[in-house]
Amino acid sequence: MTAEAIAEAPVRPVEATPGKQPMIGAPVRRREDRRLITGQGRYLDDLELPGAYEAAFVRTPHASARIRSIDTTAAARLPGVIGIWTGADLPELVKPIPPKVSNPLLRDMPRYPLPPERVHFVGEPVAVVVAESRYVAEDAVELIEVDYEVLPAVSSTTAALAPDAPRVHDELDDNVAIHVTQVAGEPEEALRTAPHRLSERFVIARGGGHSMECRGVAARYDVGTGQLTVWPSTQSPHYTRNMLAYFYGMDEDDVRVVVPRDSGGGFGPKAQFHGEDAVIPYVAMLLRHPVKWIEDRSENFVATMMERNQVHHVEVGFDDDGKLIVVKNVFEHDQGAYCAGLQVPMITLSTLPGQYRIPNIHTELIGCYTNMVPTSSVRGAGRPQAVVAMERMMDRIAEHLGLDPAEVRLRNMIRADEFPYKVGLTFRDGSPLTYDSGDFPSLTKAVLARFDYDGERERQALARSAGRLVGIGLGAYVEGCGLGPYEGARLRLTNDGTVLVTLAATPLGQGYETIYAQIASDAMGLDMEHIAVATGDTSRIPFGQGSFASRTTVTAGSATLQAGRELREKIFEVAAVLLGAPAEELCFQGDRVCAGGDPGRSVSLRDIVQVSNIGKHGITMPRGVPAGIEVTSYFSPERASYASGIHAATVEVDPDTGQIKILRYVIGHDCGNVINPLLVDGQVLGGFAHGIGNALYEESFYDDAGQPQSASYLDYSLPSAIEVPKVELVHQFTPSPLNPLGVKGAGEGGTIPVPATIANAVEDALRPFGARITSLPITPAKVFAAMTATNHR
Amino acid sequence: MGPGVREPTTTVTVNGARLVANLDARVTLLDALRDRFGLTGTKKGCDQGTCGSCTVLVDGRRVLSCLTLFAQCDGRQVTTIEGLADHPLRAAFIKHDAFQCGYCTPGQIVSAAALIREGRAGRDEDIREYMSGNLCRCGAYPRILAAIREVASGAHA
Ligand code: FES
Ligand code: FES
Repeated sequence: MTAEAIAEAPVRPVEATPGKQPMIGAPVRRREDRRLITGQGRYLDDLELPGAYEAAFVRTPHASARIRSIDTTAAARLPGVIGIWTGADLPELVKPIPPKVSNPLLRDMPRYPLPPERVHFVGEPVAVVVAESRYVAEDAVELIEVDYEVLPAVSSTTAALAPDAPRVHDELDDNVAIHVTQVAGEPEEALRTAPHRLSERFVIARGGGHSMECRGVAARYDVGTGQLTVWPSTQSPHYTRNMLAYFYGMDEDDVRVVVPRDSGGGFGPKAQFHGEDAVIPYVAMLLRHPVKWIEDRSENFVATMMERNQVHHVEVGFDDDGKLIVVKNVFEHDQGAYCAGLQVPMITLSTLPGQYRIPNIHTELIGCYTNMVPTSSVRGAGRPQAVVAMERMMDRIAEHLGLDPAEVRLRNMIRADEFPYKVGLTFRDGSPLTYDSGDFPSLTKAVLARFDYDGERERQALARSAGRLVGIGLGAYVEGCGLGPYEGARLRLTNDGTVLVTLAATPLGQGYETIYAQIASDAMGLDMEHIAVATGDTSRIPFGQGSFASRTTVTAGSATLQAGRELREKIFEVAAVLLGAPAEELCFQGDRVCAGGDPGRSVSLRDIVQVSNIGKHGITMPRGVPAGIEVTSYFSPERASYASGIHAATVEVDPDTGQIKILRYVIGHDCGNVINPLLVDGQVLGGFAHGIGNALYEESFYDDAGQPQSASYLDYSLPSAIEVPKVELVHQFTPSPLNPLGVKGAGEGGTIPVPATIANAVEDALRPFGARITSLPITPAKVFAAMTATNHR
Repeated sequence: MGPGVREPTTTVTVNGARLVANLDARVTLLDALRDRFGLTGTKKGCDQGTCGSCTVLVDGRRVLSCLTLFAQCDGRQVTTIEGLADHPLRAAFIKHDAFQCGYCTPGQIVSAAALIREGRAGRDEDIREYMSGNLCRCGAYPRILAAIREVASGAHA
């Protein structure tokens, strides 16, 4: 890898105390590292819950069916089985799980944790077995007889929208879950009058999250305190707590959700609430005994939410110079059997215009119910699809006019002096789509320079004349991130003199224990070694949202900064009294607060705690000393901030096999200020590997009856070390004005434009054939078909 | 565990310690290590032999412990991530930031250790090829490659 050294230092967002090495922007190694490489990580299945029972689920093998009866007699007789419950046995749980993101236009259909009568996708749980071991529980599942009335199913948006389509939900007269249109300007009129028009239909698959650690949940009920403790593998502990309190009719304070310290990846689906999350803690309460369920990979393939397919019909109108006049995109989104949330299609809806100035926009979503597992965000979350639609058309415009595709992009890009830029649409956070900051042309030029674009074009021409199929592709994007509503940080001086930063957000491999200590360190002017970070426990901080949509550094980071500044003041207030010195003269030296830089006049953090937090039993506090050194701060961004980037690739297609080889790949990205460049680079490169999967390999196949056809890594190809090529990185740092750290999101930019970039490059490689690439992932079979289709023309 | 299933006595040396157990004949080496012996460093990513998270060494050879029955390991030497305490790959993985969530990491390190010892980590193509059975969804592949390359070439010393 030739990740470019962070060439320009990121702009310093906060003033560090004079003389102290700033931590924000420093490539600090992660505190998590040591335990993770020694096998000491503590993931969900590593929790010690002695004697815990284990659960397994009976899942429907039919995509659409009515449950006639369930016979559990034989299973119940199996030694080691503790209990079996069907949906009908647990009427308390027959409550719909509300969509995580809704819209007044949604025709919402109830999703039950354990549906008692009607099932809508293969893998939906219909009964749970609790036994002494998972081995026994699985044996019992085999012995349970379910009698189903099998009904016709729908397994694509095209099938769902067909005139005589079977209905996924009997209650609705068709399969449309939601239909939303957003318009800016006069798109119809503009299309009628545009000098040039082009249109295309793209089918874009995205796969699942495929965190290497599957889902799971463990729970223990304490009869003495009435408290339920739940350990889920979630990205959003407070969301899980709120949902469980709602399901069980319990006080939220009696439900404690603790996310294990380590998580084997999230990537979107773990931010959702799945039915199993409600069932397992409930049976643990019924049994008054700890119960754990660890999803296995075959369950993960069918029952964990994924992103799947969208079909885009896109049309552009432009002038003779290739300047965009209008874009119209109507897309079908596969929502699955229920709407677990509208975040993905709503993001697609507003991501379309990207980096371009487009006076007239029509963007329209048709969300469909289908008989497949509900869809949820997966790293990139609806953005890669919109970028395919837009960026593929930019290449088509260039081709149509005989212009260079890089030049066409530059002619249309929003200029640096146009920010804040109002696009004319609404983003999924509810605010007007307003880009806060960026410099698209300068990043594009930097990427083209790094890529040696002109040189690559010359080499491409040479390769072509030698009969090789070499192509170049570009893909630009804008990513709304740093979403609200808020995130919090609680900072406390603990009794051993350590500053503890408590966050509601949970880490998924991003190195929170390090990043938030860096931020708090600069906010307080205190060395990092005296700062600890705790995450993912609802009993430690009352409110929170979770880690998703590349939002946490913006929200929790800013909250940590605010709280750190206030905590410093509180500590100095006490020190000022104890040292008899004005607060302005104080500073930290190691673990001591020192007056006027004189170590002889100093007091340790431990001593401060003694006075302020611990106190003396029954004795009056010294005058002017506040009780309890603690600050909780929440940060709510006024609206989303926007990261941006552009990728460039050279590929070669093997004319005999249709195999695609990536020869060069350059990533340019701008995610604002950077807290820890080492970790941001890791995020970008990891996201890129995910993008390669989306571009070339990953697709969750279902047959016409709604039967999953890819239910193991033998049928579903996840990129391995062989498939992920070398990457070169180009960084630009345009601080966001919307938060005090100037940060944006970094978790998804590596993924978003990869499918568009590779598709552009492959179509460019096949230009001698006039072949069209309109379906992703681009498998060798599709390449081959595209080549032969045009040969016979 | 299961009723009526033969429970053979199996003796295995794990990371140098001799361990004896009578387990259900169906119990995999992976479940035995994790649930019976408390060696939770070895991870279950698929239980289908397709992800490499559960890689351990049996008599020095790379083995997927989810596809290996515990009873098959009678009389053998098993090495897990916990048994590679002093391996230079650990420092190299940290230096090259070769992981994020860390879930695949024990499998990657065990696999790489065998590869290097077998002398098959000479060229990047070989490392990619021989490590292709160890999936990493966090996508740390280029950095894993860099860490292995460094240790294989002896440059870490
Ligand atoms: S758990 Fe053994 S290969 Fe995946
Ligand atoms: S580090 Fe997360 S899967 Fe490899």
